[in-house]
Amino acid sequence: MLEVTGLHVAYGGIQAVRSITFHVKEGETVALIGANGAGKSSTLKAIARVIDAVGGDVHFCGEKISRIVPHDIIRKGIALVPEGRGVFPRLSVLENLHMGAFIHDAAVDVEKDLKMVYDYFPRLRERESQLAGTLSGGEQQMLAIGRALMSRPKMLLLDEPSMGLAPIMVQKIFEVIRAVAAAGMTTLLIEQNARLALQSSQRGYVMESGEITLHGDSPALLDDSKVRAAYLGE
Amino acid sequence: MDIFLQQIINGLVQGSIYALVALGYTMVYGIMGLINFAHGEVVMIGTLVTITVAGSLLKAGMPALLAGLGGLSASVLVCMALGWGLERIAYRPLRNAPRLTPLITAIGMSIILQNLAMMIWGRNYLTFPALLPKIDFEVAGVNFSAIQIIIVLVSATTMGGLLLLVYRTKLGMAMRATAQNPAIASLMGVNINRVIAAAFIIGSALGALAGVMVGSYYEIAHYQMGFMLGLKAFTAAVLGGIGNLAGAMLGGVLLGIIEALGAGYIGDLTGGFLGSHYQDIFAFVVLIIVLMFKPSGLFGEKTGERA
Ligand SMILES: Nc1ncnc2c1ncn2[C@@H]1O[C@H](COP(=O)(O)OP(=O)(O)O)[C@@H](O)[C@H]1O
Ligand SMILES: [Mg+2]
Repeated sequence: MLEVTGLHVAYGGIQAVRSITFHVKEGETVALIGANGAGKSSTLKAIARVIDAVGGDVHFCGEKISRIVPHDIIRKGIALVPEGRGVFPRLSVLENLHMGAFIHDAAVDVEKDLKMVYDYFPRLRERESQLAGTLSGGEQQMLAIGRALMSRPKMLLLDEPSMGLAPIMVQKIFEVIRAVAAAGMTTLLIEQNARLALQSSQRGYVMESGEITLHGDSPALLDDSKVRAAYLGE
Repeated sequence: MDIFLQQIINGLVQGSIYALVALGYTMVYGIMGLINFAHGEVVMIGTLVTITVAGSLLKAGMPALLAGLGGLSASVLVCMALGWGLERIAYRPLRNAPRLTPLITAIGMSIILQNLAMMIWGRNYLTFPALLPKIDFEVAGVNFSAIQIIIVLVSATTMGGLLLLVYRTKLGMAMRATAQNPAIASLMGVNINRVIAAAFIIGSALGALAGVMVGSYYEIAHYQMGFMLGLKAFTAAVLGGIGNLAGAMLGGVLLGIIEALGAGYIGDLTGGFLGSHYQDIFAFVVLIIVLMFKPSGLFGEKTGERA
């Protein structure tokens, strides 16, 4: 469904992503793990057209999307939940969710999606009229995921949903990520928390200094001695 | 007491005009952090276009009210096109340039527009045609005219409409989202270029309306009139907290009232040393005080990241 070929990202002289190639099949959850600075966020940002890649191609559902205008990415069916959540702090929770549905016009369907999001995250319903900037970090992460779902995406790109959250909150959020994936969502999951990511995915790629150094089925990676030593702290 | 009430009324009228112009500064600043110093010139062109169009319609024998509406529509359309063109030609290419570049460009645009207006309308003062009936009222020792009432009512209605647009429509929500985080708004499918263009176009339409009001109120216009008006409206926007819509409205009205009271009492305060024609200094005293003690203005958020 998503085919990334030879993707190359640089910031001035810094080579953040060096010609990586990987793919995600329909319905799959794929983890992209690696240390801080490995180039994971840059990869997602380049796919979502937040930044321009220096080289390489991205195809989605057979269509080349690596040159389209940024605001059309979501119309192709790709929703990014960005690093640091990126909620609109001075919009209410409800308005943030409506922003997620910006590309949809039919009010009836938006109401249905809203109900679906509130069923996943009842906390958001309680906070509906509150400004997003007043939410806790975990609630903001819920909002960022809920907002992405409001666009009715074909694929979710998640950038470190566990970052900076208390373990109990991480657990809640990953329950939803797994439930959404189980309902058929294709997902590309970035995490520094490698164990969590590999436990929540079917396949995984390991990224190091801008390159993919290892890939395989997630259970196999969890057992791999190099992965255990470098990323699982064993 | 009569002077006091009278000056409050006069200030409210002048302040409504400042508020409309201030909204143009604040909308653009709120969305892209740019101070569009050419906005005062857009207002000036709004006034001059009305003089030309409404004047010709009157000459052609059209009733004053219709000629006025014709002049107003022409002025709104011309200013909207001008605001759109400014953004497209002057500011968009500088979107990622250092902050000083678009600021200097804005000042350059302001000079170009003034000179353009001078070439089209000449250097002399122009008389604004009488489009509204001249009726005066007196209530409790305070005088006011039909024009003053119309200015306040039309401004209030327009500002109410703007608030509805910004807080109750999808475009308004996209504008607020873009102001807070353009990259994320773009991820949601918002075409940032269109939202920025919309801010310029709407601000310019409000400016055109203000231009027609200034013309009707003072009955006189000139190619340099946009400079002082723009500077004062900018002061009003800073006073309210630049980037904040309600702030621009309140700042405009407050500045109008401060100025009017200042003009009314400056003679007494200085023992006759300064006359009411020194009223312009009040705006700048206000600007300096705000910048010194509360640069974020009355309703402003922290200015750190933007200013
Ligand atoms: N905006 C930027 N400007 C310059 N360098 C950047 C920028 N963003 C990321 N980098 C650099 O690119 C590399 C990869 O960063 P990133 O993609 O954020 O990694 P990760 O998400 O895996 O932590 C790092 O060396 C980082 O310092
Ligand atoms: Mg990252």
